[in-house]
Amino acid sequence: MSETESLDAEQPAADMSRRRLLLGTTSVVGAVGVAAAAWPFLASLRPSARARIVGAPVEVFIGNLEPGQLARVQWRGQTIGIMRRTERMLEQLPDLNPRLRDPESSVADQQPDYARNLHRSIRPEILVLNVHCTHLGCVPQVIPEIGAQPFDSDWRGGFFCPCHRSTFDLAGRVYSGVPAVRNLLVPPHSFIDDEHVIIGVDPEGAS
Amino acid sequence: MAKPASALAKGVASVNTWVNERAGVDEFYKKHLSEYYAPKNFNLWYFFGSLSLLVLVNQLLTGIFLTMHYKPDAETAFASVEFIMRDVEWGWLIRYMHSTGASLFFVVVYLHMFRALMYGSYQKPRELVWILGVTIYLVLMAESFMGYVLPWGQMSYWGAQVIISLFGAVPYVGEALVEWIRGDYFVADATLNRFFALHVVALPLVLVGLVVLHLAALHEVGSNNPDGVDIKAKKDDNGRPLDGIPFHPYYTVKDIFGAAFFLLIAAFIIFFWPEFGGYFLKPDNFVEANPLVTPDHIPPVWYFTPFYAILQAVPDKLMGVVLMGAAVMILYLVPWLDRSPVRSIRYRSWMSKLALALFVVAFVRLGMLGLSQDSSTFELRLWTFIYFAFFILMPIWTSFEKTKPVPERVTS
Repeated sequence: MSETESLDAEQPAADMSRRRLLLGTTSVVGAVGVAAAAWPFLASLRPSARARIVGAPVEVFIGNLEPGQLARVQWRGQTIGIMRRTERMLEQLPDLNPRLRDPESSVADQQPDYARNLHRSIRPEILVLNVHCTHLGCVPQVIPEIGAQPFDSDWRGGFFCPCHRSTFDLAGRVYSGVPAVRNLLVPPHSFIDDEHVIIGVDPEGAS
Repeated sequence: MAKPASALAKGVASVNTWVNERAGVDEFYKKHLSEYYAPKNFNLWYFFGSLSLLVLVNQLLTGIFLTMHYKPDAETAFASVEFIMRDVEWGWLIRYMHSTGASLFFVVVYLHMFRALMYGSYQKPRELVWILGVTIYLVLMAESFMGYVLPWGQMSYWGAQVIISLFGAVPYVGEALVEWIRGDYFVADATLNRFFALHVVALPLVLVGLVVLHLAALHEVGSNNPDGVDIKAKKDDNGRPLDGIPFHPYYTVKDIFGAAFFLLIAAFIIFFWPEFGGYFLKPDNFVEANPLVTPDHIPPVWYFTPFYAILQAVPDKLMGVVLMGAAVMILYLVPWLDRSPVRSIRYRSWMSKLALALFVVAFVRLGMLGLSQDSSTFELRLWTFIYFAFFILMPIWTSFEKTKPVPERVTS
């Protein structure tokens, strides 16, 4: 008993700055350790190597694509439409500008820089589009014919989303006054040669 | 500067009070940490309780993340484990943390149990702490066995086949029981699926619940110590045990040090030696389950081998299973088999020391014999006999041996 009493009496006052230093360094090292240990767990939730292979670029043969025809392929689970547009379709794109919300493709995220032009494509006639509606992700129907439609008496050809009646023109630009507010997304793509397009790879030199 | 700080402090304090009036967090913190007085003379053996808690947390955490990628289906289970190993980012690490953790769980639990035997921590008033602990050990065995089946490798499959067949030894209903456990006429998809449910949901819940009870019971009666002295017998004027120190910060700091040392060893195994020479993960388990091909040799994982050896020692199916079960169940009786007036081995005679040493040798030797295919039957029976003799003769030597006087206060 005397031992504890003497301990209490003779113990020098705690060196607070030393204690703070020890506490601080231990906490910092501990926090770094916890963060390092947490990393593998959080990283394990990212797409696996298998998912990344499935999400690899897709090469598409477009040599047999007729003018006015739309081909659909899957890339990362998304429906990608590839359309060979006719001269007439391209000619009327500027005329539609007043009816569109973003005719100049000013929202940078909706297309790579190399597709930020009137026809929203690398080659004017070949349109490569992620056809999921920018409203809630449905896949719009393509209605290339010109003429009155139930949803638009002056339809100039384009995409119509059956979910919430959003409409887009044949460059994927969204009309004004529909639920969707953004143009359809142009995925990164490039041409291997005249007959092959690859989805998911930017042209050389472009980032 | 001072003003906003004090406003913040006031806000924190009022939230604190609000919660405390409703949940009693402070009271809980005091009872179990800052004012839980543990004997000041804990030694190295007292690391293993907190370490088993650490491993439990590791198993729960890594298990949850493995479940996100694993497929409990006989067709895809094996491939999904390989998928985790190869394709999931850091999946190999999480899987090896889980598989190594399973073995280390038994390492720390066995050492923890040995500590209790050595210092008589099961004696009155800690019988319930011991009973809950043995139950945790039992559930842990079921949990690890079912987890071992999930990768659906050859060892998983044939291990399940053998262990489930043990229930066939039950008279009259044995075969029906085996069929009911498997859910099919052989170890099949149904078996894997139910083992998955038990391994990831049911048993972990039971395990965590039992750990909570184990700790609650311990904190009610207080921790034992290497001297087996009751520290509550000598208190200061404030009613605090003279030989007690608050668990926090004294033992939290000590346990953090122990945890760091333990994690160092664990990390070495996980990174450089995850199969541990076939003891933690058997080579045969890297081959997909095949009901048509039995591996040449199906030893259980190392932590089950002592009991497996006892099974081999008996030339009768039912008796073998009964004896194997008894080898575990007899642990429950220890608090009543020990008649000694002193707890700790420090104040017992050579008889207790010899008995405990023989028991440890028997347990380890049985473990080694259980791993091997051609162990001598004589040796198997000899150590099985010593294993049981330790328990059965315990009332005799503990009543007759001459104990040393126990000091009033703990020794440093």
